[in-house]
Amino acid sequence: MEKLLVANNVSKTFGTHKAINNISVEVPKGSVFGLLGPNGAGKTTFIRVINQITMPDTGEVILDGEKLQPHHIQYIGYLPEERGLYKSMKVGEQALYLAQLKGLSKTEAKERLKYWFDRLEIGDWWDKKIQELSKGMAQKIQFVVTVMHNPKLLIFDEPFSGFDPINANLIKDEILKLRDDGATIIFSTHRMESVEEMCDHIALINKGNKILDGKLVDIKREYKSNTYEVGIQTQYPDVVTADLKEKFTLFPVTFKSINNELQYKIQIPETHTANDLVTYLTSKGELTHFVEVIPSANDIFIETVRNN
Amino acid sequence: MTFLSPLILVGIFTLVAYLSNVNSDSVRTITILDESNLFVDQFEDTGSIDYKPLSDISFAEAKELSEESEYYGFLYIPKTQTIDELANKITFYSKDSPSLTIMDDIQDAIEDKVNTEKLQEAGIDSKKIEELRIQINPNLETYAGQETSKLGSGLKLIFGGAAGYLLFMFIIIYGNMIMRSVIEEKTSRIIEVIISSVKPMKLLLGKIFGTTLAGITQFLAWIILIGVFSVVVTSVLGIDPSTVQTPQQQMLEANGSGAEQIAMEVIHEINSLPIANLIIMFILFFIGGYLLYASLYAAIGAAVDSETDTQQFMMPILMPLILAVYVGFFTVIDNPHGTVSQVFSFIPFTSPVVMLMRIPFGVPMWQQIISVIILFATFIGTVWFASKIYRVGILMYGKKASYKEIIKWLKY
Repeated sequence: MEKLLVANNVSKTFGTHKAINNISVEVPKGSVFGLLGPNGAGKTTFIRVINQITMPDTGEVILDGEKLQPHHIQYIGYLPEERGLYKSMKVGEQALYLAQLKGLSKTEAKERLKYWFDRLEIGDWWDKKIQELSKGMAQKIQFVVTVMHNPKLLIFDEPFSGFDPINANLIKDEILKLRDDGATIIFSTHRMESVEEMCDHIALINKGNKILDGKLVDIKREYKSNTYEVGIQTQYPDVVTADLKEKFTLFPVTFKSINNELQYKIQIPETHTANDLVTYLTSKGELTHFVEVIPSANDIFIETVRNN
Repeated sequence: MTFLSPLILVGIFTLVAYLSNVNSDSVRTITILDESNLFVDQFEDTGSIDYKPLSDISFAEAKELSEESEYYGFLYIPKTQTIDELANKITFYSKDSPSLTIMDDIQDAIEDKVNTEKLQEAGIDSKKIEELRIQINPNLETYAGQETSKLGSGLKLIFGGAAGYLLFMFIIIYGNMIMRSVIEEKTSRIIEVIISSVKPMKLLLGKIFGTTLAGITQFLAWIILIGVFSVVVTSVLGIDPSTVQTPQQQMLEANGSGAEQIAMEVIHEINSLPIANLIIMFILFFIGGYLLYASLYAAIGAAVDSETDTQQFMMPILMPLILAVYVGFFTVIDNPHGTVSQVFSFIPFTSPVVMLMRIPFGVPMWQQIISVIILFATFIGTVWFASKIYRVGILMYGKKASYKEIIKWLKY
């Protein structure tokens, strides 16, 4: 797949603190790329390197086949985690100014702003000052300012903080629409449920090192443990439990059900297949529930960081 | 503020002019009891003092009368054997301490008379002496043949002082403005959005130059508006702010040499100042000095989180500035070409103010040029230094920067 952004062995040291250490990632064109990691892992530093705010000590970043250059800023839209706007400046004036900083002409900027303001139904805020708006409203303006110059690469650092669920959903849909329209998105967050929902690729950074990256499904496949959640209805629960314990590794589990059944998480050896398990279980009673346990992004995150 | 400030300023001047007019309207009455009978017509009424000689009345009565009538003061001249004795016996009674100008008036009158009396006593005709007295007015000239005068020195001082002080004020006002705008971008957290579009160095320079131009515009607007308002106030209210006179001015005029003559001399002296030199150097030093300090103000703004944290960093900036003004107003006045004056007119942090104050007194061109070169070279240095701090500082939130921390930033 074609890569929009490639980072090769990027390192940055502040004083004696190694913020990021030899990080290499490849962000495919048109993907939503999750940049994950605990607090202080170096995500923001890495993002600032891509935005040319911080110059890396070693390594290089390639955007769309070209080594990163100052003029590339117009192809990037960046929503930082620490964000804000001029409090006493009018919304419209401010948005025009920021658009022109990104290289748009005034008329072009006006057109795009009109489009986005109409789309998010915030047209009548044009002459308001930021300090008159609520935090969520200001975040909407901030989002518009980030995307209005149609950048090829969008970088969102914790984009949903400050939004209520309704607006968070709205912004999520807008982000996905931008991807469908051809933008590539780098997405840094702690909120694993949004990773699950949106990202197709991820990279996990811990203490400045990349410890995991790839397609989310591939990673999940790799982290699956041949474990299944099963429900089995039988007249002899004790006998069946003893039998299962002997053959497999059993974990207790509870899930909602209308039946009165045995509920277990069963890990089978790699030599066995799901079919083998189903055949075996049907011989013991009535199979009422059978689901493969797929590791969630949250599980993978916690496990890898802990093992690291 | 741009429109309000000059209006307020003119308003204050008008008020002062009005109040001092009211003040001098009140005529002060001073009673005189002259037992020596020497000073019969010696005291002449002036605009603000009315002398009222008392006679055939005792000292105690006269004093009481003056106090009860609430006269401004009561001058008692006792009868003495000799004139010498008189000198220490004259007493002036008043409710409060009398104003200096009035005392000067009275003292002059008494001294005049006593001197004449003494001369007569010694058999010398005072009129003869007056005739023989020669007014000495030494012509001052430099070795190069340039005419100078005391008035000229004063004017040079005014020109230099005004230029230096203007720069000093400009640095403080607009330096602070830059600092505040940097802090604002930091606290509102817009800074990271901006520097993902603009290089920090560009932003820093843009901020410095932008504020400078805004400042100059505001300054010019003030000057023009003050002029306009003054004209309006003068013609509408009929009060001329320039009538606000200090006692010195009054005395100067009273001492003869009419106002016109002074005006002629002033014009002559201004013409003999190195005007072109002064203007060019004013512009250069003004820009250089302001930019130098402005970049430091920007660095401070980047290093702190709020205006309250700026205190510890302001000192090192204000110290050289204040020192420059002190050196200017004390040392340069005393000796414009002394070693101290010369040294401080080369140190870039003081040179703009000190050199500007020296130039009217005539500074060799090579000194001026070297000083300007040093100033601009240092400016490039401070901008480099400031941009290093700025680049790191604007992205540091919640960290209280110490000097140690800032030195570390220079290496990032």
